Amino acid sequence: MLSRSKRGGLWTPTMLIGLTLLGALILVAIFAPIFLGTAATQLTSNAGLGPSSEHWLGTDDYGRDLLARALVSARLTLLMTAGAAAISVIGGLAIGLAIWVSPKKLREMALRVLESAVAYPPLIFALVIAAILRPGVGSALIAIGISGIPGFARITANLAASVSHSDFVVTARLLGVPSARIAFRHMLPNMAEPLLILATTVFALSLVEISALSFIGLGVQSPQFDFGRLLNDSLDSLYTQPLMAVGPSVMIALSGLSVMLIGDALAAYADPRARNVKFRQPKATGPAVLPATDDGALVRVDDLRIGIPNGPDLVKGISFSINPGEVVALVGESGSGKSLTAMTVAGLAAQDLSTRAELLRVDNMNMLSHPDPSRLAKEISIIYQDPGTTFNPSLRMGVQLTEVLRTHLGMGRAKARRVIADAMGQVNISRPAARLDQHPHELSGGMRQRAMIASAMATGPKLIVADEPTTALDVTVQHEVLRQFRRIHKQERTAMLFISHDLGVVQELCDTILVMCQGEIVERLTKDELVRRDVKHPYTRALLEAIPILDLGAGAHKEVAVLGGVN
Amino acid sequence: MMIPLIPGDPAVVAAGDGASADQIAQVRAELGLELPLWTQFLNYFSGILRLDLGNSFVSGESVSTLIFNRFPYTAAIAFLSIVLILLVSVPLGMIVAVLTRSGRNKWLDVGFNFLTSLFYSIPQYVIGTLLVVVFAITLGWFPAAGAESPLSLVLPTAALMIGPSCVISRIVRRETAVVLEKDFVRTARGWRLRAFRLHSRYVLPSLITTTLTLSGLILTAQLGGAVIIETVFAWPGLGQGVVNAILQRDYPVIRGIILILGLLATAIIILVDVILAIIDPRNLGGSEHAV
Amino acid sequence: MNLATTGLQKPANTALDEVPLAVEVQGLNVSFGDSHVLKNVSVRVKANGVVGLVGESGSGKSTLGKTLVGINVPDSGSIRIGGLDLAGISRSERARMRREIQYIPQDPYSSLSPRRTTGQTLAEALDPVRSDPRKYKREIAEVLECVKLDAAAADKYPHEFSGGQRQRIAIARALILNPKVIIADEITSALDVSVQAEIVRLLRELRGNMDSAMLFISHNLAVTQQVCDEVVVMFQGRIVEHGPIDDVYGNPQHEYTQKLLSSLPGSPGFTLD
Repeated sequence: MLSRSKRGGLWTPTMLIGLTLLGALILVAIFAPIFLGTAATQLTSNAGLGPSSEHWLGTDDYGRDLLARALVSARLTLLMTAGAAAISVIGGLAIGLAIWVSPKKLREMALRVLESAVAYPPLIFALVIAAILRPGVGSALIAIGISGIPGFARITANLAASVSHSDFVVTARLLGVPSARIAFRHMLPNMAEPLLILATTVFALSLVEISALSFIGLGVQSPQFDFGRLLNDSLDSLYTQPLMAVGPSVMIALSGLSVMLIGDALAAYADPRARNVKFRQPKATGPAVLPATDDGALVRVDDLRIGIPNGPDLVKGISFSINPGEVVALVGESGSGKSLTAMTVAGLAAQDLSTRAELLRVDNMNMLSHPDPSRLAKEISIIYQDPGTTFNPSLRMGVQLTEVLRTHLGMGRAKARRVIADAMGQVNISRPAARLDQHPHELSGGMRQRAMIASAMATGPKLIVADEPTTALDVTVQHEVLRQFRRIHKQERTAMLFISHDLGVVQELCDTILVMCQGEIVERLTKDELVRRDVKHPYTRALLEAIPILDLGAGAHKEVAVLGGVN
Repeated sequence: MMIPLIPGDPAVVAAGDGASADQIAQVRAELGLELPLWTQFLNYFSGILRLDLGNSFVSGESVSTLIFNRFPYTAAIAFLSIVLILLVSVPLGMIVAVLTRSGRNKWLDVGFNFLTSLFYSIPQYVIGTLLVVVFAITLGWFPAAGAESPLSLVLPTAALMIGPSCVISRIVRRETAVVLEKDFVRTARGWRLRAFRLHSRYVLPSLITTTLTLSGLILTAQLGGAVIIETVFAWPGLGQGVVNAILQRDYPVIRGIILILGLLATAIIILVDVILAIIDPRNLGGSEHAV
Repeated sequence: MNLATTGLQKPANTALDEVPLAVEVQGLNVSFGDSHVLKNVSVRVKANGVVGLVGESGSGKSTLGKTLVGINVPDSGSIRIGGLDLAGISRSERARMRREIQYIPQDPYSSLSPRRTTGQTLAEALDPVRSDPRKYKREIAEVLECVKLDAAAADKYPHEFSGGQRQRIAIARALILNPKVIIADEITSALDVSVQAEIVRLLRELRGNMDSAMLFISHNLAVTQQVCDEVVVMFQGRIVEHGPIDDVYGNPQHEYTQKLLSSLPGSPGFTLD
């Protein structure tokens, strides 16, 4: 649950307009019949008049003022709509929750029935019910109300299902909390927001449908009138008095609109992605032209600052370099800025953050201007942390792994597949050609990670940026992946920027270690220094101390420092 | 599939208001209402298999003929509007999502929400009526009613598609915003693809599943909308047929048309499921809505 | 062995010097559809014992924990908690039995109900039906002290706490009932290194002071060593090795355990070439 302060405000213009409109409508509903009732219902002889100062919209065939009729009809319409919406929401809620509480077999059967009921067009459902009962206010209300129940019930059931899988509900069940209490104490409060928003949609929908029923003559019957009935009346005179349609049309539209706006505003408020801060265009500033390369470094970063536009900096001025063939590690905990730094070096700077630096180059590409995408794709390869979400689950592996080769190196499909299959063989993936035709979920996590490495190497990059590539893997699988990194390093001498929080892994693989804490580099170590525990900064010391050391007992060789963190 | 049972005494209705007791009894015998209920049911079902749905109380013509004649009209505007809705909503929703991510172009965000809310709130028949007023009566570009020329298709279809396009483009926009945040889109960005390729090849496929599923329900609701629209445009389809039948208490016709509409709705849902299964084999076997 | 069918007392004919086992599992088999996840698993946890359960994905360690707690239903095999066989007891006893075995899930961000205060969450453990924190002020304050949280925490909501603090609350919720055994399912895996170290410190302290046994499920061998006395190693649904943790780590007998240990960067036998 996001803390309240992080959300957008509730009282946005959308909300205010919606509430004002609804308020106005309610006032009209209450007072119009009192003041305008006579004008709306009394038959006079001023039939069929056009708009005038006395009758703003004119009069109908029976001499009744059109504007008055439109305004007075609000009461009946709104009351009917509220009634129908209430039936739908309460009925749907009750059924949805009951389904969740039921034993499994009953639940499944009920869901199936619900699915078919939902599939049936609600309006036709309502027509059927209206046909059974005599047409009128009551039947329209009941018909629309009942027809809305399956939809709301299904949404409630789905919502209940996903909430019921949260750990806190599982734990409550384990504690022996009775089902009914779980429903009211734990589930409803957490379902309240989405359901409220949906309820506004139900209201708007019910309004439309009740009016529709009246429109075709099945709802409100004369002499009563609501929006739909008035529109029906106007149909006959459409050619002669088009203005008759205006009153009810506007009323229907405004009523529906007001409720939808409120729903929109609620949805925006509840959206965890909504930001309080207004979007400001992030800047990327740096030297317009790269100074002549003065050292042999492959990557140079000089005073890099990454931050929220007009807000605090997340990376506070760091500098480092990577030589060709060097493996540099960025180590730190969450919030240290290591991932942000790595992604920015790779040219994938976060799109919402400002980036500034004295110098940020990879080879002779100025990463702060707009380097050629093809060069970027060929020379910098990125390996991500979670093999479970890295690939698009809907597409086959072959398409994704060969994308860079086909798009930027202009290889044909067949050739690209061959190249990738070869590369996959090199990382010990079995049956590579067959894998290309599989979807990501058909491969194991370790295999996906190695496939990612294979495709990363296929373009012959100068730099690999690896963001916690083994963190999500099992120990033994991690071992294999680390072996691949070592092989790549030995054979191709590719430089690497390796992000991790695991000093044990880093110690095995990397030449230089940069320790980051809250956006700054607090210590630079060589591999030797780390192995010897020759560290100076208190944070590095604390980090080393926090990592549990595997003690393998007297029977094993104990090196000076043995690290076994496997996070 | 729902075959509604309409209670109430059909004989009374069929005989008409004000019929005498004798007349009612006679009608009852004619209609076979003397037989036990389950026999009536069986008769009806066997009738369905023989494509005999009984005869209209009002006109006497065969219900199945009536349905057969009216069906193409309803199907035409329903399916045409469905196709147009998808062609308009999906690109619109995607473009708006891309342009408004992370709070960019707030004006577009607000404007899009407002306009789609507005047009969604206006019922289809109101839009239909307004379209008639503006384009048929005032401007005279299209016929106001009836189904004589191909031009007659335009206004009813337009009336049918505006509302749902708003809803579906909102859904697409919301889904696109969710997909854009996903890791695999970040991976695709890492491959430095041009915007069009990125969005069409890596974002769009993930949208289709959710969008189609939700849209399927809206699309079946289109059948309900078609029913109402036909009244506005005097379009000789099933909708007009069933409304007239209800007003005249013509039970065989009501039953027959409701049955067909139910079948159509089911057909749409099945079609959507089939398309989803073809696109993404993971959809087979097990509903995502499992409780 | 004749089991008493009333109450949760020790079985009548326990030998005087026999310490009752907190958990005794025999021949447990669990499958999900076609997939046979736990294969003939037998394990014992002494009262007050702290046993680590380690393995990689697919080992079945999490499934074992969840089966003990009752989330999964076994196909065959027996589970005894505090000497009482779970299979043969009445419904009302099953409810009481549930309170003898408590579960702490992995994710601190979803294990606490967002709209209930700490006090309400803890009271719910003691009294699932009414869960009124005012009745249990003393117990709540005591358990919060055990997990090194301020008594004022009882009135706050989950979103006011950090991940490490939330995990402490989850631990408190398990402790407050003084159960026979606590199942801790990867409770440090979602935490930063420094926060993890705090929780490990807390667990080591609690180890000595609480009456409950603990089954500590983890994929992190080093953390397991810091917290536990014994370890059980699982691989593909079976138990491949078990024993005092220093013995198993120092002198692994089973091939898989050896492979597991040598895959850790920094351990002898670890090589990337």
